[in-house]
Amino acid sequence: MAEMSGADILVQCLVDLGVEVVFGYPGGAVLPIYDALYNHPTIKHVLVRHEQGATHMAEGYARSTGKPGVVLVTSGPGATNAVTGITDALMDSIPMIVITGQVGTSLIGSDAFQEADTVGITRHCSKHNYLVKSPGRLAHVIHEAFHIATTGRPGPVVIDIPKDVQVASAPFEKPGAIAHASYRPQVKAPAADIAAAIDMIAKAKQPVFYTGGGVINAGPEASAALRELVELTGAPVTSTLMGLGAFPASSDKWLGMLGMHGTYEANWTMNQADLVICVGARFDDRVTGRLNAFAPNSKKIHIDIDRSSINKIVLVDLPIIADAGSALADLIAAWKAAGHQAQDLSGWWKQIEDWRKVNSLAYPADTDEIMPQHAIAELFGATRGKDVIITTEVGQHQMWAAQHFHFDDPNKWLTSGGLGTMGYGFPAAIGAQMGNPDSLVVCIAGDASVQMNIQELGTASQYRLPVKLFILNNEYMGMVRQWQELTYESRYSNSYSDSLPDFVKLAEAYGWTGIRIENPDDLESGIAKMIATPGPVLVDCRVAKLSNCFPMIPSGASHTEMLLDPSQVSGTMADEAKALV
Amino acid sequence: MHIAEEQNERHVLSITVTNEAGILARVAGMFTARGYNIDSLTVADISPDHQLSRITIVTNGAPHMIDQIIAQLDRLVPVHKVTDLTDNGPFVERELALVKVNGIGEARIEALRIADIFRAKVVDTTTESFIFELTGPTDKINTFITLMRELGLVEIGRTGIVGMVRGKG
Repeated sequence: MAEMSGADILVQCLVDLGVEVVFGYPGGAVLPIYDALYNHPTIKHVLVRHEQGATHMAEGYARSTGKPGVVLVTSGPGATNAVTGITDALMDSIPMIVITGQVGTSLIGSDAFQEADTVGITRHCSKHNYLVKSPGRLAHVIHEAFHIATTGRPGPVVIDIPKDVQVASAPFEKPGAIAHASYRPQVKAPAADIAAAIDMIAKAKQPVFYTGGGVINAGPEASAALRELVELTGAPVTSTLMGLGAFPASSDKWLGMLGMHGTYEANWTMNQADLVICVGARFDDRVTGRLNAFAPNSKKIHIDIDRSSINKIVLVDLPIIADAGSALADLIAAWKAAGHQAQDLSGWWKQIEDWRKVNSLAYPADTDEIMPQHAIAELFGATRGKDVIITTEVGQHQMWAAQHFHFDDPNKWLTSGGLGTMGYGFPAAIGAQMGNPDSLVVCIAGDASVQMNIQELGTASQYRLPVKLFILNNEYMGMVRQWQELTYESRYSNSYSDSLPDFVKLAEAYGWTGIRIENPDDLESGIAKMIATPGPVLVDCRVAKLSNCFPMIPSGASHTEMLLDPSQVSGTMADEAKALV
Repeated sequence: MHIAEEQNERHVLSITVTNEAGILARVAGMFTARGYNIDSLTVADISPDHQLSRITIVTNGAPHMIDQIIAQLDRLVPVHKVTDLTDNGPFVERELALVKVNGIGEARIEALRIADIFRAKVVDTTTESFIFELTGPTDKINTFITLMRELGLVEIGRTGIVGMVRGKG
């Protein structure tokens, strides 16, 4: 058997596992791997400007292609800079492999130059991690890491490889299929559970589907199955932030997103439902509002591949541990086999229509200033008929994008839901563009968030990636300012974006096209120019400074206690509500 | 505002894991990261090829929290099996304690008498001290230690709980 160096084994494994792109940054402890990648014929390396950027690019690549994202960074600061992205991928269940260099095995524990306890630091923010101490173990570990990252509930897996292990050689043989001794996620639901679920759905008078990122992770077949099951049952659908696109927003069964900034109809439907069918969502606090008032009169079915998500927050009547796609397909088959017909839900739909009439996403018109919601609506209109992928940073603009940009397909909406990482969206757009060279990739950003990883302007320039960076610039950390307005009597402590750069000049300095839009009259033409201009384009869209994101469920309130407009804001909050974040 | 506290139950969990570097940190760290309690923890290699270890953890929490702890443990990649001994019928739990007692005269004789009642073994002695070895459930050891406090107790070492379900495996 041929001997190969650890670095060559790693690269060969990546090729064997179908890896085409690696997002990384070189350094002392990964030099042997970088040498093995030098002029590689099939693996493209994207040189980032900061390791956090690499992790979010890998996330954007993974979320938009369904393939795992791969990151390569050096030891010490390379690894610690990757921690936020690893945690983000864990919270949002994104398949990611992070390869970190480590100091040589004989130096581990000696506080060597650029040494950090990477496996210790990442133990609780990764799905799994490894420190590989011999080159003979590498091939098995890498294949196992991909298996763990991409199966079950997906997540980030870290492989820490000391420098001497990269240099030393060992016999290489391509590992076979992974048969793990203890890691065996349950994919298929027990038939009895499926039968029980079908029985509950068939009897429900006021059912609602509440779906999440798990449906997207389960692949396009799962989204197709969800559509079919909704068609068969006639029930309405709402979804979490992470689940947008699994069900088409253009369907008349679609209620919009639920939760803190969800629609009136979605939240009231949840509140009044007699059956909640949760598929691949996890009852996050941003979704449920006050727990003792969450869907209080409903039976609940919870389909999730992660048993620990079930009964964690909300106790359910029927837990089903399964892959969302597999369970949805089984439900469809069982529904048809039982000869069920859709219930007459016309009374339920009439009630929902009344809630829809509230038109909770309405926003005040303004002729002097650009309303941020309007800017997103214009962007949505201008991109119809194009294959568009939207990423966001975190804050008001993210919620406005979720409300006013509508998705009909999965894998087109990339956002940091669980961890809420400012600095996610721009690198995620670069990663998505790498994986989808022909798509129109637009990052909807805020003026504050975008500065958290703005150095990646250089990465897009270097690889000639035509990403569009659409900044809703209100000169505030808008969501922080909104909360201060709601909770702390408008004492805007440190939420003003002072000393902002001239974004247009900054773009130009990096070889981008920069466009500024200041007047509502220029919005349409500015967006059209952004889309028509080849190469990367930054748009500094100056929007109304003090707009707030409504509707909103204040912390500690229930789905039926939504604030619909600023007149309902009192400016203070009880300590109990303040403490709920 | 005040923070509410919930009624807790004591549970003994037996966890079979792959015997690999960092596994104890992974399990113990999950408890601290999610705010669960560890009252006692033991771990040792249990297979002839040294591939498996058994961790026994005594924890406490509300019933839904115990359920969540088990689910979170099950989710860790190197965890093979989690058994809640408390919820699986009668089980045996034992820990071992070494208890050093200094004393002369009547106190020393009384210590020896009580040790006999508890079936503790004397594993070391000087004219002014004993080390007793005692095995039993936590309650028994706690009681023994309480009695010895009055009779010159100077040092305690305890292993923590190991447990096993009664009857055929």
